Amino acid sequence: MTPLLETRALEAFYGDFQALFGIDFTVGEGETVAIIGSNGAGKSTFLKSITGVLSNKADAIRFKNEPIGSLAANHVVRRGIAMVPEGRRLFPSLSVEENLQMGAMSKRSGHWTLETVYRLFPVLKERRYSPGTALSGGQQQMVAIGRGLMANPDLLLCDEISLGLAPIIIKDIYAAIPSITSEGTTVAVVEQDINQALAVADRVYCFQEGRVSLEGTPDTLTREQISAAYFGL
Amino acid sequence: MDWVNAIVQGIFVGGLYALFATGLSLIFGVMRLVNIAHGDLIILAAFLSLAVVDGLNIHPLVSLVIVVPVMAAFGYALQRGILNFTLGKDILPPLLVTFGLSVIIQNALLETFSADSQRLQAGAIETASIPIGQGLAIGVLPLIIFVTAIVVIGGLQFVFYQTTLGRVFRATSDDAVTARTMGIDKSHVFALAMALALAVVAIAGVLMGIRTNFDPAVGPARLLFAFEAVIMGGLGNLWGTLAGGIILGVAQAIGAQINPGWQILAGHIAFLIVLVIRPNGLFPRIQG
Repeated sequence: MTPLLETRALEAFYGDFQALFGIDFTVGEGETVAIIGSNGAGKSTFLKSITGVLSNKADAIRFKNEPIGSLAANHVVRRGIAMVPEGRRLFPSLSVEENLQMGAMSKRSGHWTLETVYRLFPVLKERRYSPGTALSGGQQQMVAIGRGLMANPDLLLCDEISLGLAPIIIKDIYAAIPSITSEGTTVAVVEQDINQALAVADRVYCFQEGRVSLEGTPDTLTREQISAAYFGL
Repeated sequence: MDWVNAIVQGIFVGGLYALFATGLSLIFGVMRLVNIAHGDLIILAAFLSLAVVDGLNIHPLVSLVIVVPVMAAFGYALQRGILNFTLGKDILPPLLVTFGLSVIIQNALLETFSADSQRLQAGAIETASIPIGQGLAIGVLPLIIFVTAIVVIGGLQFVFYQTTLGRVFRATSDDAVTARTMGIDKSHVFALAMALALAVVAIAGVLMGIRTNFDPAVGPARLLFAFEAVIMGGLGNLWGTLAGGIILGVAQAIGAQINPGWQILAGHIAFLIVLVIRPNGLFPRIQG
């Protein structure tokens, strides 16, 4: 499989505090990869590094075989990496439709338009003139995912998309992922919910204290291995 | 009838105050920057118009064709070259830098144009008026200024709520980091906002220069009126800013009617009363 995104010995810092220690990570084209790990394991920091919110050494992150580690966030999205941020972070002054339109500001063309996003999440069309933040948590998450898709990314990074949602809603949200990958978008999800991650992913990385503690496919990893890698037991 | 006349004139002066205030409100709304040099930029625009009028021998209103784009370009460069570097978690650096800018503009104008009081000569429209019966008349110039204020605020409202640029302004104001991950270059967006604000400042400066005398030192007083109009109207609400400007204008007119020396004081008192009763202004922006 051709690697779409690769990180080699990726490190990240907040001032003097080192949050990531030499992360080696690969996502192949068309794959769905899950990153699991407890709070503070470095998952979100890892996504922030990839999307350019935290800057890095150019060569530490390669996308479509080009170094992107030192690119600013507004340039990274133009290369084809979009993020669904933790906590959704919808723009409160914008309606649902305007939030979605913001996703298209990187001006990449492709399958995803307002129409196709509304087809994926029909409820959003009904609420398209409401303020984004007036929606329920699950609907807000759909807006956040739709907004990411509007960039027509080659790689969609989803940060904790099940956080704070009822199990039935989480099921609905995850049910959309096959429709996304079938349109040629590779998906990487960060999850605290191990079962959810194992159900959706082709491959799983487990992070612990800023390092990759385990890597494998869901069918080859045992519960014991995952528990040990997740909790450090 | 004198009282009615005072209130009508106050309403029209309010249009000018709203024009002063709109740029300030826009900048604060988009990037949370309090521009202490705002009043001096209004005066700078008036002097720029004076130079253009003298140099090209044209009507001050025609000079807007040059003054507006020049001020907008200056605004873009100012934001991109200096002010963007002052924005962050700490609110002090932009205050200090724009205060410094205020001093620089005042002194540069003093060096170039001297401390003499100036006026933009607009000919017959300065004194023309339309009688509306019962001894009342509306000045053509105040009417032009008031209508301009409504058109400018309506135009900005359209830009903010109906265009892509406005959507980007609002999104960046909400959450610049997330907007950045959508491909938005914050420095460019803020510079565009400052360009737009200084385009409005240019209009305000030229109209003010036709209406009253100005000299290099009167900027801070314009800033004060702008502040009062913005705060009374409610931060981030452009139509509220117009209402704030009108309240200030009417309060000053009523004060002047009681005693000519009370004009400015009455405006400040109205401001304090609004602040006590409605600390968030009369029409605060409704947050989603």
